[in-house]
Amino acid sequence: MTVDVLLAVENVSLRFGSVTAINNVSFDIRRGEIRAIIGPNGAGKTSMLNVINGFYQPREGRITFRGQTRSRMRPALAARQGIARTFQNVALFRGMSTLDNLMTGRTVHMRRGFGWQLLRHGPAMAEEIEHRRKVEEIIDFLEIEAIRRVPAGRLPYGLQKRVELGRALAMEPELLLLDEPMAGMNREEKEDMCRFILDVNQQFGTTIALIEHDMGVVMDLSHRVVVLDYGRKIADGTPDEVRRDQAVIDAYLGVAR
Amino acid sequence: MNPFHAVFIDPFLQMASAPDLLVQTLWEGLVSGVLYALVALGFVLIYKASGVFNFAQGIMVVFAGLTLVSLHGFGIPAPLALLLTLGVMGLLAVAIERLVLRPLVNRPEIMLFMATFGLTWLLIGFGELVFGGTSKRMITSELHLPQGAIDLHILGGLVSLQKLDIAAAAIASVMVLCLALFFQYTRIGRALRAVADSHRAALSVGISLNQIWVVVWFAAGAVALVTGIMWGAKSEVSFALQIIALKALPVLILGGFTSVPGAIAGGMIIGVTEKLGEFYWGPLVGGGIESWLAYVIALIVLLFRPQGLFGEVIIERI
Repeated sequence: MTVDVLLAVENVSLRFGSVTAINNVSFDIRRGEIRAIIGPNGAGKTSMLNVINGFYQPREGRITFRGQTRSRMRPALAARQGIARTFQNVALFRGMSTLDNLMTGRTVHMRRGFGWQLLRHGPAMAEEIEHRRKVEEIIDFLEIEAIRRVPAGRLPYGLQKRVELGRALAMEPELLLLDEPMAGMNREEKEDMCRFILDVNQQFGTTIALIEHDMGVVMDLSHRVVVLDYGRKIADGTPDEVRRDQAVIDAYLGVAR
Repeated sequence: MNPFHAVFIDPFLQMASAPDLLVQTLWEGLVSGVLYALVALGFVLIYKASGVFNFAQGIMVVFAGLTLVSLHGFGIPAPLALLLTLGVMGLLAVAIERLVLRPLVNRPEIMLFMATFGLTWLLIGFGELVFGGTSKRMITSELHLPQGAIDLHILGGLVSLQKLDIAAAAIASVMVLCLALFFQYTRIGRALRAVADSHRAALSVGISLNQIWVVVWFAAGAVALVTGIMWGAKSEVSFALQIIALKALPVLILGGFTSVPGAIAGGMIIGVTEKLGEFYWGPLVGGGIESWLAYVIALIVLLFRPQGLFGEVIIERI
């Protein structure tokens, strides 16, 4: 059986001036897996996500998504191709309700012109109802019914993270990029989030790339792990392989060189 | 007469003794408030979506007005000239997005602000080249805007309402309503609010910033056109009008840079306060209060409520 690669990163390098954030990194993400990207602070994990969804343009290297190698990527285009993401330090539409945040996630699927939408009639109304139904499903799934109408900016942090996940899910992405989805959460919130991530992966079949610092979470959730350190890839494999890897242990604990 | 009496008692006695004059003054205040609100609205639209304080909003008002008048001057019928002017404002929006905003994306706000300064002078120079430097008469009657006044005999006196002012208020209300519906119910409207809250989050859900910028600059251009017509009809269309950009500043400080209702309320408050101040307190200092009172109010608001009456409270973790 051939392996179904959803996204391939080949020899990607990213530099900011004289700082090399990512140095010749290659790895792939297979369809249907949960792929963790780990590494010490400043290893280039978030930069990697930013390259994948088009916030940064890599200086060198190739990225192939769904078999298509892309030249210049823009975030809006990545979103339309089916890449959704959440951010390390929550980026919600703070003035908008939970519901509107999720509805905005449907942007890429909206077709009708705004003339119809303004009239709130005809095909646009039917479309709006359909989108609303999808969004309600996600609200049910994430158990956030009670905060539907609350402006996102007023929610506690843990719920904001959940709404952000909801917005990404509303895009019905093929590839979901999660940047530290559990950062700053307490034990209970973390357990909830883990459950959601597993369910998203299993029920919806969404491929997930995940950055996380909590090693327990990474080892439990992910199928394969790629380890970055100072912008280089130092290990790649199953959680067990990576855990035993000497380079990884050194990177995390520090060694005298 | 002691000063306390002159400042705190006498003006109110005057108001009570001639209610018709008070109503007239209030009305004039509200009318100029509508125009201030329109200019401020143009600022708010752009500020919300791109975080840019668009200094060029004033010259956009002049530019729109002059384009309309000149197109009509070429013998194009007024309604068609109106549509064409709208088209010109659309082209301007596209050009500004391409040539000014896109190259400066992710630069500090002060750079974008300076760029709008540049834009202002560019439009002044270009405008003078194309339209000439003389002031022009707005084509009020050709656009079927009502003229004359309605005289109300109430409160034991005469209150005179200019029909043009009533029309201006009506048109402004309709426009604000349309904008509100657009923001609330359409995909692009929702995207606009999203962009106002967070650029990168908006990008991540597939909203194209470039498209949104064109839309807001066009919306601001349309608002500028309406402002230009209304203001032009009251006086004349000339480059001096661009000073109203500076008038919008206290309105924005009062209403908050990010709030559409704030822009409207702020405009009204400034308009009314100016007129009342000029009429009742002006004589105490020999008149001329109107030109600076708004800025004093703005300063006071800044001291006590820096985010404005309706603006977002900015809380930052440090």
